Amino acid sequence: MKAVIPNQWYLLLSIALFCIGVCGVLIRRNALIVLMAIELMLNAVNLLLVVSSRVHSDLSPQVFVFFIMIVAAAEVAVGLALFTMIYRHTGYTDTDTFSELKG
Amino acid sequence: MIWLFLILSAISILSALFVIFFKNPVYSILSLILCFFSIAGHFLLLQSEFLAAIQVIVYAGAIMVLFLFIIMLMNLSRTTEPKRPFSFVLISVVTSFLLFGSLVLSLTTLIKPSTFCPFLSQSVIAQSNLPKNPISVLGTMLFNDYLFPFEFSSLLFLAALVGVVVLSKKTKENS
Repeated sequence: MKAVIPNQWYLLLSIALFCIGVCGVLIRRNALIVLMAIELMLNAVNLLLVVSSRVHSDLSPQVFVFFIMIVAAAEVAVGLALFTMIYRHTGYTDTDTFSELKG
Repeated sequence: MIWLFLILSAISILSALFVIFFKNPVYSILSLILCFFSIAGHFLLLQSEFLAAIQVIVYAGAIMVLFLFIIMLMNLSRTTEPKRPFSFVLISVVTSFLLFGSLVLSLTTLIKPSTFCPFLSQSVIAQSNLPKNPISVLGTMLFNDYLFPFEFSSLLFLAALVGVVVLSKKTKENS
C-alpha cells in the first residue's frame, strides 16, 4: 500500500472532468443535461479539494466539500422545481427557449 | 493502488463522456450515477471515508434519484432534443480542449511549486499525516470552527424548501 499516486494525475483527472462538464453545458440543449453537467463540474472541484486536504494535511477542505455538497443539493432542488415549472408552462426542455423569463 | 486509481479514473472519465453524449436522458443519469460512484471510490482511495459515504448517499442517492424521478414523472425520455449546428459543437469542443490545456499549463508549469504551493512537489499518500480518526475531527471542526456556516446552510435549506413549495404550488394553480 506504499505505492504513490502523483498529484499531477489527480490534477489532470479533475481538470478533465471539469472540462467535460463545460463541454456538456455548451453543446447540450436539454436543461436537465445542463444541470447534470454542472453537478459534474462541482464533483471535479470536490475531488481536487479532497486531494488538497490530503496534501496539506488539513481537514478544512473536506469541510468545504461538505458545504459544496449542501449547496449542490439545494441548487438541484430549486433548479429542478424551476425546470418543471417552465416545462409545464411551455412544454419545452430546450435551453434556447428559456431566454424569456416573463411568464 | 496505482492500478486502482487508473481503473477508477478511466471509469469516471468514460462515464462523464457518456453523460454528455447519450441521447436519452435516463442513460445520462445512470452514467452520471456511475461517475459519482467512481468519485466516491477516489475519496476512499484518498482515505476520506466520510466524504465517500456522503457522496454515495447525497449525490448518488438523493440528487440523482430526484433527477430520475423528474424524468420519469414528466415523461421526458421521449422528447426529442433539437441538435445544435455542427459548427457550434465543433467550436464548443475546441473551446473546452483549449480550457483543458490552459488549465493544465497554468496549474503545472506557470506556478512554481516551491514558491507558491507544495501541491505539485509532493505525492499524495506518502506525505499525509492526517489524524487517525478523521471523522471525529471533522465533526469537531464542523461544530466549532465552522458552526456559523453550518447553521447558515440550514437556513439555506429552509429557503430552498420554501422556494420549491412556492414554485410547485404556483404551477398547480396555473395549470
